[in-house]
Amino acid sequence: MKFVRLVLANLMRAKRRTFLTVFSIAIALFLFCTLRTVITSFEASLRASNASRLIVRHASSLVFPLPLSYKERIAQVAGVAGVSYGNWFGGYYQNPKNQFAQFAVDISTFFDLFPEVLLQPAEKDAFRSERTACIVGRGLAKKYGWKIGDQIPIIGTIFPGEWRLTVRGIYAGETRDTDENTIFFHWDYLNESLPDVRKNQVGIYWVKIASADMAAAASRSVDALFENSSQPTKTETEKAFQAGFISMIGNVQLLLSILGSAIVFAIMLVTINTMMMAARERTTEIAILKTIGFTDRLVLLLVGGEALLLSLLGGALGCGLAAIVFHESDFTAGGFFPNFRVLPETIGLGLVLAAVMGVLSGLVPAVQAGRLKIANALRKVV
Amino acid sequence: MASENGNLVELRDVHKIYRRDRIEIPVLQGVNLNVKQGEFLALMGPSGSGKSTLLNLIAGIDLPTKGEVRVAGESLGTLASERLSRWRARHVGFIFQLYNLIPVLTAAQNVELPLLLTRLSGKERRDRVKLALELVSLADRDNHYPRMLSGGEEQRVAIARAIVADPTLLVADEPTGDLDAKNATEILTLLKRLNEELKKTIIMVTHDPHAAERAHVTVHLDTGVLAP
Repeated sequence: MKFVRLVLANLMRAKRRTFLTVFSIAIALFLFCTLRTVITSFEASLRASNASRLIVRHASSLVFPLPLSYKERIAQVAGVAGVSYGNWFGGYYQNPKNQFAQFAVDISTFFDLFPEVLLQPAEKDAFRSERTACIVGRGLAKKYGWKIGDQIPIIGTIFPGEWRLTVRGIYAGETRDTDENTIFFHWDYLNESLPDVRKNQVGIYWVKIASADMAAAASRSVDALFENSSQPTKTETEKAFQAGFISMIGNVQLLLSILGSAIVFAIMLVTINTMMMAARERTTEIAILKTIGFTDRLVLLLVGGEALLLSLLGGALGCGLAAIVFHESDFTAGGFFPNFRVLPETIGLGLVLAAVMGVLSGLVPAVQAGRLKIANALRKVV
Repeated sequence: MASENGNLVELRDVHKIYRRDRIEIPVLQGVNLNVKQGEFLALMGPSGSGKSTLLNLIAGIDLPTKGEVRVAGESLGTLASERLSRWRARHVGFIFQLYNLIPVLTAAQNVELPLLLTRLSGKERRDRVKLALELVSLADRDNHYPRMLSGGEEQRVAIARAIVADPTLLVADEPTGDLDAKNATEILTLLKRLNEELKKTIIMVTHDPHAAERAHVTVHLDTGVLAP
């Protein structure tokens, strides 16, 4: 501990340089945490997918609807324990920047299919009994300050017009991976308000199967039912659906991992250069310390310790900032990442990375300082 | 510490050769020297005569190419780097011409540096630092940074740093070389006091005959050889 003051004094020697170095490390770690959180959000959405739930959609694309009449036929398939349905609404709140997921869902079957959506019984009753009622996720309610009884005007894009919904419940997720940033409202309310040509059309069917090992057989049976119709289906597990959705934008995880590593590597090179400059400027002082009796190993630890402290400071700042910013802003990237939160594991990984950066960036100047020959260094100045 | 014949420092046939590329530059050529415990020795000679090199060998911050340097009972050439560092911390206080204080540390923190290598507690270190600064009449400047001190004051802080761990030997490389006459006299008086009152053995390299007059013994070095 008695050497900490010496390390701190050296770090404060060139305040601007120290600040800029810490700041650049902080930015690198902030970006690393952000990119890493994109990956963990993908993983969380896959984890949250129910293995006993199938998704049935139009075989050609998600944008084509299926007839409501399919519901009864799907329910007859062997292994199917329940069917619900809904439509992606695709609206926004007040202005187009306020994007999040909204689903019109069949109230009579919704809670049976989605047990992870937790609601107080009184709120569930209130939601069921009012045509314009909606329930909102805890995250959304916190972000926009909504409370029960509030009227929320949602501007439709797929279904044009202003849709006034009344908050009758604020749901919580069963696990931390469950999305808490969605609005669910009555499919009937949507359906009744549509022109005849768009009525009784369903975007997605959710199918509960008796057990996860029946998923493949049930999927094949559902698709076989409508194979020769004008609106064939594609049925897959929710997990496969999510994975397919993510893969539509390419191998994002690999791309983000490469990008994050490249940023950290680039900043590490900058830090190595800074630390080498800082150590080189202090050649005489290092020689003085050695003359006093500081051993090579102690000098190596002091110079390396500076780099480590600098990196950890930057790392803590960057990781902390990412955690605070994304927590306080309830960032969801327009509803694309409903669970976008920096996990403690990500912060831990960021700090480990910062420590590794510190050790690597301090290694060369520390070894050089440790090997410095006193007589050679003093001959240049005394 | 001293040998049976009272010598604290013994140099036997010491040679030092520097190599630049393939050229060998002999700096010291067979130097023999004894310094008794409690002695104040001035080492004089023209520039490039090898004075500072000789001082570095005695202080254990460089090793001879040939010969033996024995100080405070240790043959320095036999000590490994880590042991030599610890030996320096215990036995040698070094005073430089350009003071060489650490600019980001206060006077007290600079003086404390050698004590960081000991097992003394924080309070014991503070007490020792205070005592050392009082000895050089700078107790009231303990919180001043080197840039706030005059050259003479900086050198006095450097002397406090050199004596704070109570070393066996003080070595000074032209300690007055960068000072005006008044400050130089004060520093020499201080060194003389340390020798007489605290019985410190001092080896001082100097160009200045007036400075050398303060010493008990003066030896002259010329082209790497001690004058008879």
